[in-house]
Amino acid sequence: MRLTCPICGERDRREFYYQGDAVALDRPARDADVSAWDDYVHLRDNPSGLRRELWHHEAGCGSWLVVDRNTSTHEVHAVALVEAQG
Amino acid sequence: MVELSAKSPCAGLLPMTIGSVSVAEVDLGRLTSIAPYKGRATEAADAFKVAHGLAYPAANRATGKDGCRALWFGRDMILLAGPPPDLTLAGTAALTDQSDAWASVTVTGERAEEVLARLVPIDLRAAHFKRGHTARTLIMHMNGAITRVGADSFLILVFRAMAGTLVHDLKQAMEAVAARG
Amino acid sequence: MRIDGKGLVDRSKKLRFQLDEIGYSAFEGDTVASALLAAGQRLMGRSFKYHRPRGVLSAGSEEPNALVTIGQGASQEPNVRATTQEVYDGLRARSQNAWPSLKTDVMAVNDLAWPFLGAGFYYKTFMWPRAFWERLYEPVIRRAAGLGGLSGAHNPDTYEKAYAFCDLLVIGAGPTGLMAALTAGRAGADVLLVDEDSRMGGRLNAETYIVDGMPGSDWATEAVAELRSMENVRLMTRTTLVGAYDHGTYAALERVSNHLPAPEEGAALETFWRIVAKRAILAAGALERPIAFENNDRPGIMTAGAVRAYLNRWGVSPGQRVAVFGNNDDAHRTAVDLIEAGVEVAALIDSRPDAELKGHAFPTYAGGMVTGSAGRLGLKRITVKSDGITEELEVDCLAMSGGWNPTVHVTCHMNGRPTWREDIASFVPTPGSVPGLEAAGACNGDFSTAACLAAGAQAAKSALKELGLKVPRGAVPDAEGSPYRLSPLWAVPGKGRAWLDFQNDVTVKDVRQAATENFRSVEHMKRYTTQGMATDQGKNSNVAALALLADATGRGIPETGTTTFRPPFTPVSLAAFGAGAQGEGFAPRRLTTSHPISVAMGAPMIEAGLWYRPSYFPKPGETHWRQSCDREVGYVRNAVGICDVSTLGKIDIQGPGAAALLDSVYTNTFSTLKVGRVRYGLMLREDGYVMDDGTTARLGEQHYVMTTTTAAAGSVMRHLEFVHQVLRPDLDVRFTSVTEQWAQFAVAGPKSRELLNDLLDDRIDNESWPFMACGPVSMAGVQGRLFRISFSGEHAYEVAVPARYGESLFKLLLARAEALGGGAYGMEALNVLRIEKGHITHAEIHGRTTAFDIGFARMVSAKKDCIGQAMAAREGLVDPDRERLVGLKPVGAVKELTAGAHLFERDAAATRENDQGYVTSVGFSPTLGHFIALGFVKRGPERMGETLRLVDHLRGIETEVEICSPVFVDPEGGRTRG
Repeated sequence: MRLTCPICGERDRREFYYQGDAVALDRPARDADVSAWDDYVHLRDNPSGLRRELWHHEAGCGSWLVVDRNTSTHEVHAVALVEAQG
Repeated sequence: MVELSAKSPCAGLLPMTIGSVSVAEVDLGRLTSIAPYKGRATEAADAFKVAHGLAYPAANRATGKDGCRALWFGRDMILLAGPPPDLTLAGTAALTDQSDAWASVTVTGERAEEVLARLVPIDLRAAHFKRGHTARTLIMHMNGAITRVGADSFLILVFRAMAGTLVHDLKQAMEAVAARG
Repeated sequence: MRIDGKGLVDRSKKLRFQLDEIGYSAFEGDTVASALLAAGQRLMGRSFKYHRPRGVLSAGSEEPNALVTIGQGASQEPNVRATTQEVYDGLRARSQNAWPSLKTDVMAVNDLAWPFLGAGFYYKTFMWPRAFWERLYEPVIRRAAGLGGLSGAHNPDTYEKAYAFCDLLVIGAGPTGLMAALTAGRAGADVLLVDEDSRMGGRLNAETYIVDGMPGSDWATEAVAELRSMENVRLMTRTTLVGAYDHGTYAALERVSNHLPAPEEGAALETFWRIVAKRAILAAGALERPIAFENNDRPGIMTAGAVRAYLNRWGVSPGQRVAVFGNNDDAHRTAVDLIEAGVEVAALIDSRPDAELKGHAFPTYAGGMVTGSAGRLGLKRITVKSDGITEELEVDCLAMSGGWNPTVHVTCHMNGRPTWREDIASFVPTPGSVPGLEAAGACNGDFSTAACLAAGAQAAKSALKELGLKVPRGAVPDAEGSPYRLSPLWAVPGKGRAWLDFQNDVTVKDVRQAATENFRSVEHMKRYTTQGMATDQGKNSNVAALALLADATGRGIPETGTTTFRPPFTPVSLAAFGAGAQGEGFAPRRLTTSHPISVAMGAPMIEAGLWYRPSYFPKPGETHWRQSCDREVGYVRNAVGICDVSTLGKIDIQGPGAAALLDSVYTNTFSTLKVGRVRYGLMLREDGYVMDDGTTARLGEQHYVMTTTTAAAGSVMRHLEFVHQVLRPDLDVRFTSVTEQWAQFAVAGPKSRELLNDLLDDRIDNESWPFMACGPVSMAGVQGRLFRISFSGEHAYEVAVPARYGESLFKLLLARAEALGGGAYGMEALNVLRIEKGHITHAEIHGRTTAFDIGFARMVSAKKDCIGQAMAAREGLVDPDRERLVGLKPVGAVKELTAGAHLFERDAAATRENDQGYVTSVGFSPTLGHFIALGFVKRGPERMGETLRLVDHLRGIETEVEICSPVFVDPEGGRTRG
């Protein structure tokens, strides 16, 4: 498996650390409802198909990346820096 | 009167030559990581050029030559190797002394690419990884930096404490390549 | 027998080798199989289950029968296919699965019991008593059935891994692959051509085709020479492409030294290649399938293509009197090649009544079938049935062909399913099964040489186009283009055992029985009969087996489907997969600057993450580690001890947003920390549990240095990057690891300041360096840092210098400490010291404890947000009933306490329901003279003085302990501040 880091270019999977669902981008407010925090920290969908994930280019530039990936076909549709998510 | 003596990371481990490839420890001088603050990359790059007389390297590129080199070193960061950093940069970038943090070696020889193909998961062939190209990547299991500094010469940096493993891994790859005739 | 004037072996180079201690001769270019056949040795192995005598079925890597063990002793290699093992001078091979010898194998008695040993026999028979399976049945069955064995000794051979990159990967160097590589190479593409054979050319070396006016093998030689002359083309022989993976990644196994008497010093036996290609062309060719008929497995019966390969490539006729049996035109050329080479052809039998067999100088049987064979250790006779007449023919070799199966395997590695093509009665690759890979030539169902050459050129052109390169024009060489005609014939009707899977001894009857017993799915049939589950993965037999299953279940072949082809294409030794990962290659060793001195002092080293740290420093006369440990604890409590703490993670944090970032990641506040001061910090995960702890020093208004625990340094760095890039991109802060920049040593004990003042260029006192002070210092003109922090609870410092001076400083510190009645202390003493003081490590913050549990609830500042704050406030995480940190001391006579033991009320049974908590850290305190422990107990802090039962079921230890404060020594902290 290979990912194209927006900074470093196409690299082997072994350079990356896998975090999980990109839901981690949307941190609830400090005083948000307990269920919002529960969703954020614990509850994950497990879809077969398109997913947004967070990866860290740990052995490369050190960037956190948002990866749009299809878990059924293994196609990688997009890799972007988290800060580009706006 | 106390005295402290210095020891280099690869002391007692290098140089070594196996077949047509040689590995030597290289003293890069002062190493400083320079990380421009938010929104100040251009300013820092300009100041860097004025202060040190070489271009601030773009991502995956290195500038300068032996004695004064700048390696792109990751996200928002370069590594100045050689002179002490010009302190006028201090306001625009975080400067951190890394002089003792890295084991630096050069791998040189006609078959250096073949040796590194056993350790590094990126395409290091001359057509793709030219002189002045640098990469943050893996050397076997170690995070490191690799830069082409000559037609058949690469500069490799890994954490100082892993100098022994770097030499071990290189030696194994060099032996395998040399034995292939 | 060797045929003069035929073959590509070098007859000027004679080699000697042995099989089972019997000497044979060979020529350079021979395989073990070709040389044995040349010597008339048809018997090469015994089958897996029935111990049936077997010879070669094929001439390639798909070989199911002729498996031998090569070499001797530790480096012996079992299950090597004699058909691919090149002979070298002095090679020693042994046959497998036969005792006492290949000719007289006592286990062949299994073959007489065959009516009982069909599919499912083991499942049905060895059902009970249940316990007998592991103890009796399985060992006995395994001994009787089997392949070659490993030596059991450490494998001394070298294996390696390597990476390769290319624009175009061409898999297979037959006519298709060579033409593709030539076309792309001439266009200047970056081409990598891999082929599993030692000699490129594929079937061109095994046939008598004329290509471009010259023998096919000559054309292949010229093509290879041209490719070798191109700088942009790399050729790899003896390299099998074994797997296709995501995004253009492929795995290949190169047999570097298996063909050499001994590998060159340091050379790999095998190299496992990870190839990344922008485009790939699969030109893997096709594999011929046998025909199932009664006793179709005798030595001397092989595929027709194999007979031609032995004849044309190796100059060997596998028999003196040969019959050919097929269902297609391609089989006929076998008879023609043999006749032209002067070998007697006894018959050409074609199952098709309308087969064109006119004009041959040997007997032909259109619409004929071979219905049986005879000859115990080698073929003597076949039975031919044609036009209702049964005839016996004396032959010592039968060439059979049931048609060809395209080698589609690699196209299925990413879950692709092949497509059935009725006209060739075969599966072909489904386009797009492996993104970026195009199958061409025989592996795509184009069988003639002309079609292969054209397909290779065409595939190269489309790859060039996709790579953005100029597509050249150019003609494809002339070659034979005979149409491929066949009529399916999977099994000849009959009653006896007709073999499908030769390696796993699966018969037509077994497949039909599976269908009868309702194992109708191809996956069920496979597992019930073990069809295709041997090391050859059913390359010769899967298609026939599923055709028969389709027939038995009344379905068509496409509806029946195929089993899944998974990597590797051919077996790969585990040593190749794991290459480079033995010994130091398993993980990097991170060594501190003091490492050489610690080792010289005899300290046993213990791993902490990737680091190596000294456990203790034994002195002469000490016979037990506890003696050393107790002494070292005494250094710190009574004089001064030195310990290398460089392994703790150090992260340099700078910028206007530095303070705010620290406030985000720590539960407590760092923005209020004064410059020149250090503060202990606690870090939570977002789920509210403790992640890590450590001290952070403020070196400047916008400059901090954070320390992490040794093991968590990497994950904390990643966490900081996450918090900054993902959650707090608004903060203007930069950080980098400086763990390796500094050699840092703890100088701990009442005489620590005295020692330091001997070394520092400027003296310090309690005013200038109070507890938790930090700042720059200089020693012998070297700029360093000094932190007054303490993990032991004593008056202590940590002093840091640039790592190049680390070893030198450690020596100085040791000498000074020894002069003051102290010395070096290791991890064991460090652990005892911190337990005495009630300081936690990852033994306590093990991922399931909260700030509340460790008594640090007040450290979670409510004045600001931080990671984990919201979740840490959950009811269940601050429940007073939770297991909370306490100290534990033995009650009564001093007994051993053990970490991992569980705690129960005195009179309660030691069961899970009664569990009150557990012990996390234990040490013998020389300061107090007894064992002390830290642990977690339900409502612990409210139960001071209560006695509990400590039970360690694992080590069989039971004792009583009293709950006490976790701080055993100097609870007021007077020593630390002294």
